[in-house]
Amino acid sequence: MEILVCVKRVPDTAENEFELNSAGNDLDRDDLVYSVNEWDNYAVEEAIQIVDNVGGSVTVVTVGDDESEEVLRREMAMGANNGVLLSDEAFEGSDGKGIAAILKAEIEKGKYDLILTGAQADEGAGQVGGMLAAMLDYPYASLVNKIEAVDDAVIKVGREIEGGNQEMNEIQLPSVLSIQTGINEPRYVGIRGIRKVASVDIPVKGAGDLGIDAAKVGDAGAKTKRVDYFVPDLGEGAEMLEGSTDEIIEKLIEKLKAKGGL
Amino acid sequence: MTQIFAYIPFKNGNAEDVALEYPAAAEKIDPSASLTAVVTGTGPDVDAVAEEMTKTYKEVIKISHADLAYPNAELVRKALTDALPHDAVILVPHDTFGMDLAPGLSVKMDAAYAADIVDFEGIDSNALKMIRQELGGAVYTHVTSDISTGAVITIRPGSFAPTEAGSAGGTVIDKSSEVKDLAAKRKFLEVVVAEVGDVDITKSDVLVSVGRGIEDEENIELAQELAEAMGAVVSCSRPIVDAKWLEKSRQVGTSGQTVKPKVYLAMGISGSFQHLGGVKGNPFIVAVNKNPKAPIFQVADVGIVEDILEFIPELTEAIKSQ
Repeated sequence: MEILVCVKRVPDTAENEFELNSAGNDLDRDDLVYSVNEWDNYAVEEAIQIVDNVGGSVTVVTVGDDESEEVLRREMAMGANNGVLLSDEAFEGSDGKGIAAILKAEIEKGKYDLILTGAQADEGAGQVGGMLAAMLDYPYASLVNKIEAVDDAVIKVGREIEGGNQEMNEIQLPSVLSIQTGINEPRYVGIRGIRKVASVDIPVKGAGDLGIDAAKVGDAGAKTKRVDYFVPDLGEGAEMLEGSTDEIIEKLIEKLKAKGGL
Repeated sequence: MTQIFAYIPFKNGNAEDVALEYPAAAEKIDPSASLTAVVTGTGPDVDAVAEEMTKTYKEVIKISHADLAYPNAELVRKALTDALPHDAVILVPHDTFGMDLAPGLSVKMDAAYAADIVDFEGIDSNALKMIRQELGGAVYTHVTSDISTGAVITIRPGSFAPTEAGSAGGTVIDKSSEVKDLAAKRKFLEVVVAEVGDVDITKSDVLVSVGRGIEDEENIELAQELAEAMGAVVSCSRPIVDAKWLEKSRQVGTSGQTVKPKVYLAMGISGSFQHLGGVKGNPFIVAVNKNPKAPIFQVADVGIVEDILEFIPELTEAIKSQ
């Protein structure tokens, strides 16, 4: 099976405390720690496991700048066979549809049976996979937490739905799936693994290589645009307990007793 | 005039809560907009839900088809693409069904797409201004969508005040015949119901709930000791189940269990909306997190900025010595 996994370099929510810049309209991006989107690691791991079972190859692709190459190398260190970087000034400011259109152009240059994305990334929209599928007229399933190959033409797919239940579907290939965390246990990538792929060639393709009309992607083609970042006035929030740890614990125990927690 | 269509999901003949939240959302998009409910399904269920919606909506579009018995997003997308105008604003809940349906629907409608909207700030010459969150709720953003060629928008359930189901006296318009071919490359097979675990966290009045801040599997024991001292039960957020440190049946959230405790201790939990969506009944929430900016502090009653790995053992000792 030929599998393409779409990945993204994102600010790491576990490693950063997010602050606004001095103008108050964007994140303070100095010193932000970036990594590969958490969901994408599960997608790459799943792709590797499928190929281990039935043969084929895994290609990882991203739309981004030069720095995005590092996330492709990380996923190749996990075991992806190939990487492709889609990069062009014309791609900057793309909305979800712009990103999906760029990926579609690359997909049509290859021959993939299965295309995986993470269920969502830093923006939390969960949009690119579903758009890509609709643009390609491929079937789609989101929030996938189980994949079973049936034969060359059909897979059985479990989707996570409300209440911890699982919705089982039969899907024709080629198809696009967005992968939910927890579907597998992504393998650890050590320094040695990264070194092994450090000098592997990763082709870079721009709008011209992909035959994309620059006016239809990027900021020019975006129907949905981010205006700013801001901190809303959310009211007072929690009563913060302060003081020494002993003092905090004393206050907390009083409150827990009053509320029936002890 | 802006035309707004609200997709009404339902189960067993009962519309989901979001059905009563759309009117407030539509009012904020454009107070002069028309608002129409859209119900798809088959048999007596879809008839009953369409009829029920006439109490809240002036106009209800019903699409009844045997193939729509289960809400397969690919089929629902085709039905909506056939039956609705392509320059309208279509509202869908941002849940596991909406995420399956809406992005592809926006492509087929050739419309703008905006996801997981928590508030609207009105339309200024075709630009609809909205509020959403990024980075797991750590930051808010304003976004605009050019709605001149329509828009598909998912709204976060629970973000808009529900209206009272009133007596709108609406009419049902049957558009079933406008739906053409419903062939799909995806076939629904069955729903596998979640396994019941060793402990039923929904039955406990006090929950000690752990998140990413617990850092390591062996630290789960700290939470178990605290729960034991309090007579409580240990629950958790999604990353703990993903890491297989606790069973899925202990997960609180929209994709896990819905709990209604009296007291909820959120230990090292950032407080994503998916997690908080599983905490109902307005419990007394205590949040302990080393990140003072964690979103959980906005919803908690009491907040403590500490590292749970140091705080939990001390709290356990203090409770034991009482």
